[in-house]
Amino acid sequence: MAGAASALFLLDIKGRVLVWRDFRGDVSAVQAERFFTKLIEKEGDPESHDPVVYDNGVTYMFIQHNNVYLMTASRQNCNAASLLLFLHRVVDVFKHYFEELEEESLRDNFVVVYELLDEMMDFGYPQYTEAKILSEFIKTDAYRMEVTQRPPMAVTNAVSWRSEGIRYKKNEVGLASYVFLDVVESVNILVNSNGQIIRSDVVGALKMRTYLSGMPECKLGLNDRVLLEAQGRTTKGKAIDLDDIKFHQCVRLARFENDRTISFIPPDGSFDLMTYRLSTQVKPLVWVEAQVERHSRSRIEIMVKARSQFKERSTATNVEIELPVPADATNPNIRTSMGSANYAPENDALVWKIKSFPGGKEYMLRAEFSLPSITAEEAAPGRKAPIRVKFEIPYFTVSGIQVRYLKIIEKSGYQALPWVRYITMAGEYELRLI
Amino acid sequence: MSGHDSKYFSTTKKGEIPELKDELNSQYKDKKRDAVKKVIAAMTVGKDVSSLFTDVVNCMQTENLELKKLVYLYLINYAKSQPDLAILAVNTFVKDSQDPNPLIRALAVRTMGCIRVDKITEYLCDPLQRCLKDDDPYVRKTAAICVAKLYDINAELVEDRGFLDTLKDLISDNNPMVVANAVAALAEIQENSGRPIFEITSQTLSKLLTALNECTEWGQVFILDALSRYKAADAREAENIVERVTPRLQHANCAVVLSAVKMILQQMELITSTDVVRNLCKKMAPPLVTLLSAEPEIQYVALRNINLIVQRRPTILAHEIKVFFCKYNDPIYVKMEKLEIMIKLASDRNIDQVLLEFKEYATEVDVDFVRKAVRAIGRCAIKLERAAERCISVLLELIKIKVNYVVQEAIIVIKDIFRRYPNTYESIIATLCESLDTLDEPEAKASMIWIIGEYAERIDNADELLESFLESFPEEPAMVQLQLLTATVKLFLKKPTEGPQQMIQVVLNNATVETDNPDLRDRAYIYWRLLSTDPEAAKDVVLAEKPVISDDSNQLDPSLLDELLANIATLSSVYHKPPEAFVTRVKTTVQRSEDEEYADVGETGYSDSAGRAIDSSGTAATSSVNAATKQPAPAPTSPAPPVAVPDLLGDLIGLDNAIVPVDEPTTATGPPLPVLLPASTGQGLQISAQLTRRDGQIFYDMMFENNAQIPLDGFMIQFNKNAFGLAAGGPLQVPQLQPGSSARVLLPMVLFQNISPGLPNSLLQVAVKNNQQPVWYFSDKISLLVLFTEDGRMERTNFLETWKSLPDSNEVVKDLPSVVVNSVEATLDRLAASNMFFIAKRRHANQEVLYLSAKIPRGTPVLIELTAVIGIAGVKCAIKTPNPEMAPLFFESVEALLKG
Repeated sequence: MAGAASALFLLDIKGRVLVWRDFRGDVSAVQAERFFTKLIEKEGDPESHDPVVYDNGVTYMFIQHNNVYLMTASRQNCNAASLLLFLHRVVDVFKHYFEELEEESLRDNFVVVYELLDEMMDFGYPQYTEAKILSEFIKTDAYRMEVTQRPPMAVTNAVSWRSEGIRYKKNEVGLASYVFLDVVESVNILVNSNGQIIRSDVVGALKMRTYLSGMPECKLGLNDRVLLEAQGRTTKGKAIDLDDIKFHQCVRLARFENDRTISFIPPDGSFDLMTYRLSTQVKPLVWVEAQVERHSRSRIEIMVKARSQFKERSTATNVEIELPVPADATNPNIRTSMGSANYAPENDALVWKIKSFPGGKEYMLRAEFSLPSITAEEAAPGRKAPIRVKFEIPYFTVSGIQVRYLKIIEKSGYQALPWVRYITMAGEYELRLI
Repeated sequence: MSGHDSKYFSTTKKGEIPELKDELNSQYKDKKRDAVKKVIAAMTVGKDVSSLFTDVVNCMQTENLELKKLVYLYLINYAKSQPDLAILAVNTFVKDSQDPNPLIRALAVRTMGCIRVDKITEYLCDPLQRCLKDDDPYVRKTAAICVAKLYDINAELVEDRGFLDTLKDLISDNNPMVVANAVAALAEIQENSGRPIFEITSQTLSKLLTALNECTEWGQVFILDALSRYKAADAREAENIVERVTPRLQHANCAVVLSAVKMILQQMELITSTDVVRNLCKKMAPPLVTLLSAEPEIQYVALRNINLIVQRRPTILAHEIKVFFCKYNDPIYVKMEKLEIMIKLASDRNIDQVLLEFKEYATEVDVDFVRKAVRAIGRCAIKLERAAERCISVLLELIKIKVNYVVQEAIIVIKDIFRRYPNTYESIIATLCESLDTLDEPEAKASMIWIIGEYAERIDNADELLESFLESFPEEPAMVQLQLLTATVKLFLKKPTEGPQQMIQVVLNNATVETDNPDLRDRAYIYWRLLSTDPEAAKDVVLAEKPVISDDSNQLDPSLLDELLANIATLSSVYHKPPEAFVTRVKTTVQRSEDEEYADVGETGYSDSAGRAIDSSGTAATSSVNAATKQPAPAPTSPAPPVAVPDLLGDLIGLDNAIVPVDEPTTATGPPLPVLLPASTGQGLQISAQLTRRDGQIFYDMMFENNAQIPLDGFMIQFNKNAFGLAAGGPLQVPQLQPGSSARVLLPMVLFQNISPGLPNSLLQVAVKNNQQPVWYFSDKISLLVLFTEDGRMERTNFLETWKSLPDSNEVVKDLPSVVVNSVEATLDRLAASNMFFIAKRRHANQEVLYLSAKIPRGTPVLIELTAVIGIAGVKCAIKTPNPEMAPLFFESVEALLKG
């Protein structure tokens, strides 16, 4: 089942080749371009096309980012998951280098693009995609290239994500090293037209930003029930069960499997240390009810109630409720008891924004639209979009996860301070209630 | 860190090339570097800058790494078109491979490996040898991949120079990245060589499992993929392996997770303890679910794989059906796959919720998705007997929305539900009939007509309903015509009153006289004859009880499933096809023509016809990929057991579900073949064919020419009983034949399948069928020559003994008066080509006497004596064999051979 890509393409929005690397000489750029432009043309919306397509002996896999397509071509039975993920990583690396990946930035930096591709993939095999380390030896500034460059140790090290010899100077309060740890939980919820919650889960991420010198050994302690029970501690009400945990490659997985210890040498800068998922039933933090009344054929009235269903001491901020309205609605007349609402005809939606929404409160919105009196007779009733909600609730997590400690040990013996923040936000929060 | 490289694209003045040439040769470094950048920019946009080869190569010797990289890039692109000049670069490469800077050493081997020019490859060996043992792991990891590159260009060189052993040593390297790349290279070489090069022993296994903890995420994927080929010795070893792999399920990289899942599933097959298996299933579920939070493209791959996994281990995700509910913003390809898995996981426990979802989807915007959702409801009804009623009521609700395509799709699935549960839900027919007028798709129409015919006795106005369709009979598509014909016959048999009787006259008339469709006509004639000879028999046939159907759509054959599960995460698992169905290795000879083509892209537009050809092959390929059917790989050189070729006669009743799929045709070339079915007889189809023997195997060399006005496809072949039991050794693989095109194929044949009793004769009766025409019959002659085996040569003594041991009654003699032997050598050569081997020669007066031996399959010897006078017509031919009844055939064949 060995297999690798034969070529890597960067294509413009019309599917024309911007830059390509041929690894095996067995696919033709002309053919790939011809095939892909046809595909885009035919589909209109290439988003709707399977990302893995077979044509004339060649498999093409592609992703889109802004106005650029990234595509591999292969004649072998290669690892599809790995190659597609690799394309996403290529996007990350380019974004790190050029701030944004788009046709213009590729053209402006084609020399570096070639250099990066050469380092990231060899003979169709993904090699190295740590942007931070790559930028240590592939630079956009031509002058620095005069100095002889060597591959950083990290490229081939077991610790491939961190270079040695990182130094942070002491700042005015005498601290040399800090770590910021954000615990971010996204609540995904799907409520059906009967008001039943048919799916809900919480996806959490521990986002770290490290400014640490040297090669720090870190150990993270969570209120993980399995760990606490293994240590024989009482876990009354405080411990949590995490369904599926995914770790950044810096975390020693075998160690975690053994004794649930999360130990690692972190990369420098920001990264997601871990993500986890909880599939317990969650009470919708923000509940929205809508009533729609159609008055004859000319007018539609929408009445919406939004309720915050969390403790009063927490407050949701930047609440945004997107309410679908008929595509042919005009002349909005909107009143709200809190916040402001705007009609966004480009999305066929009414967007209600509430800056601050304390727990246990209820707000109302009432909107009226005119409808054309004549409609196409055979018009198929298009699917109504769900109500979608966005919000953030700082200092709060649904799961109750707590960072019990973050120990940082470095041989130079410096003191490092971890700063922990908690926040909950709406993920895919859909209520099919309208 | 933004650059301003776009300025290098802007020089489009006339005389650009000479200008660049000057700049490349400039003494100023900056100017030189800018010039190389301009050259690369021109190359990037597809301009031909190969004429600057020498000038660019002259810039190669530089301390500037950036410049060096650009020159190398240029070399990779143009070395092939300038192989002689490329040699100029070799010295610098070799020098660079010894540079003190490891970046440059690695760059040199990496680039040299990409230049697919034989002359360069020779010089690559020494640098590669050094770099494989370099002190710097960065160089070693690059060199490891380079061995795979070299193997791709020149496998022999790699083996001769012992690179494989060095590569194997790298598995024990102390650097994890080097280990990972060595594994990737070895796995690829293994796959392409077919010989056991990279065998994973339990030691390598343990080494690699250790390396797994330390290498990059991509390296982990290489190692896991290579290790998934490892077969554990027993359940205990399997459990140990699984234990060391399970931590990978926690990795943030989805590809690592999927490859770990693959390995665990492989080892699970060996694990006997149900507790362990249950535990593993429990462990794998959460990571599989989490894959659905990944990027949509990854989700797609994950879903295609989960589809396979739940077929083998349904319990893993039995309780997780909700995570497959579609989100509003999921891309359509993700929604489609989720739907498929929802059907697989639907059970009596969750069906209510699932139906609610399907109903929701049935009001979406995307028509294909809506159709699939409606069909999904029907499939659940067929799968879950206790839920069938609820499914039907949802379908009826959907029909009431009166969205045209929803109604049509619903009717199609309801027909299937009727077939699954006969005599249960017919009460809804009245509701269905209300939508009759809105049907405009053939499949929906045909389904509705089938329902009316099948339940004609319960529908009061069945005759009126059918009559309304009859008016447009000639314009209907074939599918609808066939159903109308059958439904009318059913109606007539159930209600033999005046109205139906008239209708049947009209239909039979229409279907026999006024149509060119052979399927329809044949079916109509059969009905006609049945009805006119024995109406009771007709009832027995037409109204016979039908077998109950089950939902096996998208269920894979277990052995295919095994293979696909071993290929989790790869393209094979995405396509649901074995790798050999789509993996195409093309040697690099195509490169040249492509280079030339590439040069003029800028100016010329694509020719329309080429574009169309690509387009059509594209859609054909994609749809066949989506169909997820297994195509048996052709095995033309090995005598395969005969596949069950459907009985052509059986097909007249319309059971056209036994089509043997058409794969890549085995193409054949050779001299023109005798025409057996002239185009005048075959409604434009001409078939020429001849039995032939190649490499010890009998083939039917066939040529199909389509002179008809319509494309022909779905070719099948059958042979009548014959003296040697010759039968097709595989499916007939004829691609769709467009009007005016032809195809030549080699059909492998097998012997002793259906031997006709009685005296052997040379008659070979053949029937060929396709989807568009009636069955064609023609006869051919079996030449004994193709039967003579390659091992027919006898020792002289053996020959004499055999001759003596056979009674005289086994000797048959025949004069071949019209044959002239002009040269003994030429005659012997000709006979030898047909596996008749020369034993001895004797002169008797002016006559030459030749002794030869041959063997027909199952070891029957044929001893031959030919007596002739050189240059004079008339040869006396005597043979002695245990089967003297073969003699007439032998004489016939030999006469033809010596005359021709």
